[in-house]
Amino acid sequence: MKIPDLTELALRNLRESLLRNSLTTLGISVGVASLVAMLSLGIGLQQMASRRLVKSGLFDTVVVTSRRDLRGMGREEERTGPTPGESRVLDEPARAEIEHLPNVLEAYPDIRFITELRYDDKPHLTMISALPSSAKSNDAFEGMQGAFFSSETAAEVILQKTFAEELLGKTPSRGVDETNVADLAKPLLGKELTMRYAQRSTGPTAQSPSPDAINPLDNSLAAAAYSVVSREQKLKIVGIADLDPESMRGPTRARVFLPLKLAEGLHVMQPTDLREISRAASDQPVYSSIGVRVKNPSQIQVVEDAIKKMGFNTFSILDATRSLRQFFAVLDVFLGIFGSLALAVASIGIVNTLVMAILERRREIGIMKAIGASDGDVKKLFFAEAGAMGILGGIFGVALGWTIGQAINLGTNIYLKRQGFPPEHFWAVPWGLVAFAVLFAFGVSLVSGLYPAGRAAKLDPVQALRYE
Amino acid sequence: MTTAPVVPVAQGTVAIRSENLCRHYRMGETLIRAVDGVSLEIRAGEFVALLGSSGSGKSSVLNLIAGLDRPTSGSVVIQDRDLAKLSREELAKYRLHVVGMVFQSFNLIASMTLAENVELPLRFAEVDRSKRDALAQSALERVGLGARMHHRPSELSGGEQQRAALARALINRPRLLLADEPTGNLDSHTGTEIMEMVREFNQQLGMTVVMVTHERALAERYAQRMIFLADGKLIDDRRNGDRDSIPKSGGQS
Repeated sequence: MKIPDLTELALRNLRESLLRNSLTTLGISVGVASLVAMLSLGIGLQQMASRRLVKSGLFDTVVVTSRRDLRGMGREEERTGPTPGESRVLDEPARAEIEHLPNVLEAYPDIRFITELRYDDKPHLTMISALPSSAKSNDAFEGMQGAFFSSETAAEVILQKTFAEELLGKTPSRGVDETNVADLAKPLLGKELTMRYAQRSTGPTAQSPSPDAINPLDNSLAAAAYSVVSREQKLKIVGIADLDPESMRGPTRARVFLPLKLAEGLHVMQPTDLREISRAASDQPVYSSIGVRVKNPSQIQVVEDAIKKMGFNTFSILDATRSLRQFFAVLDVFLGIFGSLALAVASIGIVNTLVMAILERRREIGIMKAIGASDGDVKKLFFAEAGAMGILGGIFGVALGWTIGQAINLGTNIYLKRQGFPPEHFWAVPWGLVAFAVLFAFGVSLVSGLYPAGRAAKLDPVQALRYE
Repeated sequence: MTTAPVVPVAQGTVAIRSENLCRHYRMGETLIRAVDGVSLEIRAGEFVALLGSSGSGKSSVLNLIAGLDRPTSGSVVIQDRDLAKLSREELAKYRLHVVGMVFQSFNLIASMTLAENVELPLRFAEVDRSKRDALAQSALERVGLGARMHHRPSELSGGEQQRAALARALINRPRLLLADEPTGNLDSHTGTEIMEMVREFNQQLGMTVVMVTHERALAERYAQRMIFLADGKLIDDRRNGDRDSIPKSGGQS
């Protein structure tokens, strides 16, 4: 029999016992719905997690350090590779070169220093870090009060919550650390801070290097010479951020943040400056580390390798994503198994329905065989009926699962909103899942149809036609 | 009278030959010999009645000829093929293309309209839909049911249902028409109507007809030859109107 005929006959037969077949199909729908619900929860959670991680910049950032630096982690690249003395300095040309590597979005120096900030004429010593403008999209600044820096060179500052508390003389009480950022922002936003810092100023010899200098070593030494001057800078408080100062991400591990270009222009003494003084080859600033943002987390490895080839140490949290993906894969499998249980029950329903149908349509099967239907025709007809129930159940099930998901998502978001959290989309039904669910339901129903179809095909027409 | 072409039949060639045909089955402890060593020969274009009381094995013989059942031993040769040696698939093909069957209880599928019932064999034969509709219509017109195509069997009288069953049996233009008590559920008037149609098919289309019946009068009126069975054995075989039995066929003709 041809497939259109088969489908037509199957649908006709399904319509004949409408209630029973509808109930069976409903059973499949519920099974598929539970599978879709479980898997879309898993996928949604995974998407949410990776969205957050990508936003956080943890997984698209490579931290680059010089091999000259004291980073004795004993890693492979440190033991092989060039000796510290021969390796490159992490200076401005190196940064520019890294920024021009393929797949690199930006390379920004990690500028951080400890210095004194005065507010209300009271000194506060703290760690200050410079932020590139790309940090604006970082989710760490999502709950921020106020605004991000108006420009890369603006004399503005963003404070970390605990530092804001310190400025206002509030002592954070242990346990009840849920001080509202908005309460801190009101008295502080728009106010001015004075930062006192040590500026690295080019020395008089460096300013006018002798053109007829014979000794290149002398020259390099001259270039490295500088003086340190105490400076003051007025800074306007534009934002209070609820950041975790102990977090893993490099640039946000501080309590006060400056725009990157402003910080660069200040030429604040860096800890590395002291070390570089004896061997610097240029008068360019030397960075202790550079953060490299990659276009896509999947390109991390390529970029890391390219930077390593340049002779620097690199570090990224790529391995962490790997185990995270593994975790979600396992989670999906478990959710899938639980979701499939209902479908397994539904498949028993298909077997039951079709076996009943054979008993009821015994005579009909006998007639069909008598007028020339082969075993294969009868078998295919029952398969088609099972398959049609599977596909219909699959489609309804996906719709049902999607609806359930939307309802739960909505409910959860109402709850989250009441608790003061931003809404989340932790439910995702990608088209791939829709196709998979329908095909899976189809496959399961065909497997369920195996036994009934085989039984119907083997029916002896003489026996089937004998009794009225 | 109709558009259906007459099937060319070489009159006189052997259409069905069985040799020592047996069909035994067990029912509990006892062995039932439904068909027990039946040898017969039916020529192409013959109208043969199988007569006997109930349990005589006449229906069993018909089922063996129809390829619905397989012999325990012996052979049924139709169109040079021994049905006993065909696979299940080949038997289905044989039933589809060589045999048309009508039954006492009509055996139409209740959920389908007459047209759908009649075209069902064409579906199994994978005939195109466009051709199917035309063939079903002409077959139904031939049995006088052109106006009832879209009715369900339950909306029809017994005679009409049997006529529809005849239309279905004809649709694949088979060589053999096998009828199992075709008038058993009909009053004598409609029974006659049906038998006239069967005779028409036999004479105009040249179909070989084998009809099972227990009504001797009916057989005498329509059949050219009567074969009597009792306890699964062939007990008499005679031409209609002849006094003498045809000598048992043992291969000679």
